[in-house]
Amino acid sequence: MTNAEELFSIAAKVTDPEIPVLSIADLGILREVNANEDGSVQVIITPTYSGCPAMDVITQDLYLAFGEAGIEKVDVKLVLTPAWSTDWMTEDGKRKLEEYGIAPPTGTGHSGRVTLGISVKCPRCHSLNTRELARFASTSCKALYTCKDCLEPFDYFKVLS
Amino acid sequence: MNHEELDASLDSFGDALASATRVTPGNALRPEDIAVAGAKPSDQVAQYALHLGDDALILAQRLSHWISRAPEIEEDIALGNIALDVLGHARSFLTYAGLAWDKSEDDLAYWREEEEFTSLQIVEQPNGHFGVTIMRQLIVSIYQHLLYSKLLESADETIAAICAKAVKEVDYHRDHAAAWTIRLGQGTEESAAKMRHALEVLWPYTGEMFQDEELYRTLDGIAVLPSTLREAWEKEITDVLAEAGLEIPKSGMAMAHGRAGEHSEHLGFILAEMQVLARKHPGASW
Repeated sequence: MTNAEELFSIAAKVTDPEIPVLSIADLGILREVNANEDGSVQVIITPTYSGCPAMDVITQDLYLAFGEAGIEKVDVKLVLTPAWSTDWMTEDGKRKLEEYGIAPPTGTGHSGRVTLGISVKCPRCHSLNTRELARFASTSCKALYTCKDCLEPFDYFKVLS
Repeated sequence: MNHEELDASLDSFGDALASATRVTPGNALRPEDIAVAGAKPSDQVAQYALHLGDDALILAQRLSHWISRAPEIEEDIALGNIALDVLGHARSFLTYAGLAWDKSEDDLAYWREEEEFTSLQIVEQPNGHFGVTIMRQLIVSIYQHLLYSKLLESADETIAAICAKAVKEVDYHRDHAAAWTIRLGQGTEESAAKMRHALEVLWPYTGEMFQDEELYRTLDGIAVLPSTLREAWEKEITDVLAEAGLEIPKSGMAMAHGRAGEHSEHLGFILAEMQVLARKHPGASW
């Protein structure tokens, strides 16, 4: 007998294809996992950014994760509302991000053209003496920073509030 | 979709029913993913969603042309990211619109003719030099930010939901365009002259953005009358231009009515490039 918690934990094993240390539960894009009466499972996820191409891979990985657990009938549903923001990311997820070398979102978003935001901490040497190189980086959800102390560039998971 | 169906659909790569935008068959946006609580839009709401979606689609197509051509790698990535966001908005709007007419996002993107596109003429204007693209971004992103912010209150829950996602992203696009406008406007003699040129060629197309269509009046509480955005838009863009040392040109407005399918000569070329693969190889997928 598979209960709701077990089903959720199967879905929660799926990781983000761009940030493999982060599960979709850590990221806050896994919304619900529901068992239907006919034995099938419905998984509800939400995109981080409207054009995020990772959603396709995540959907495939969900089919595979449930398939391995012996559940063949899975319906992955995408919902847009309530809209995802970086507030949906768990504290555990933020810690894993930093350990992986990506600075987790801090503060309350970009402050317009006045660059007076909260300093982003370098995930390598923890210095606050860092600088934004590019607001748009390797993926929609990240910005590129550089540390002025250890001189390493790093990704910053930017705030979307 | 279950596992067997998935395997079966993977075997049918190139199947006539597959969607060309699907990375993996079966994973294109489905109407039920978009429509809040499975609501089917009325013909008029669908038409409105088409207007919003066409603006986004043509702009995304224009912006993506910069990939590998931008002046520096960070900018290449930024414009690519912005194009991807805007394409995401287009996919949501078109998928929702298509629900009323039993059409997919691909049907609407690849199989309509020039005069069936309802996009504003500003978005089809050529990329020109980098300054022109940035100025078009400034004009459009401030406009979309105001429009989507107001549409959060739309009585149509799906349109409100799409805008709730889009507005957060457009906020970044607006910042990007404003930062560049100021940097180039205050930069060298050459960069300032190029920004003045960009304003001159694009400004005539801003008038059309604020025309109220008859359709919008019939969608009270659902659509936003663009004329109501004008004051806030002018204030916001004037502030940025002032900081950049630029002025609004005194040019007249172009005769433009993209909403009625009347386009400049540029749209045909954009569509030729965008649609050729889907039309040459109907049902192709990858």
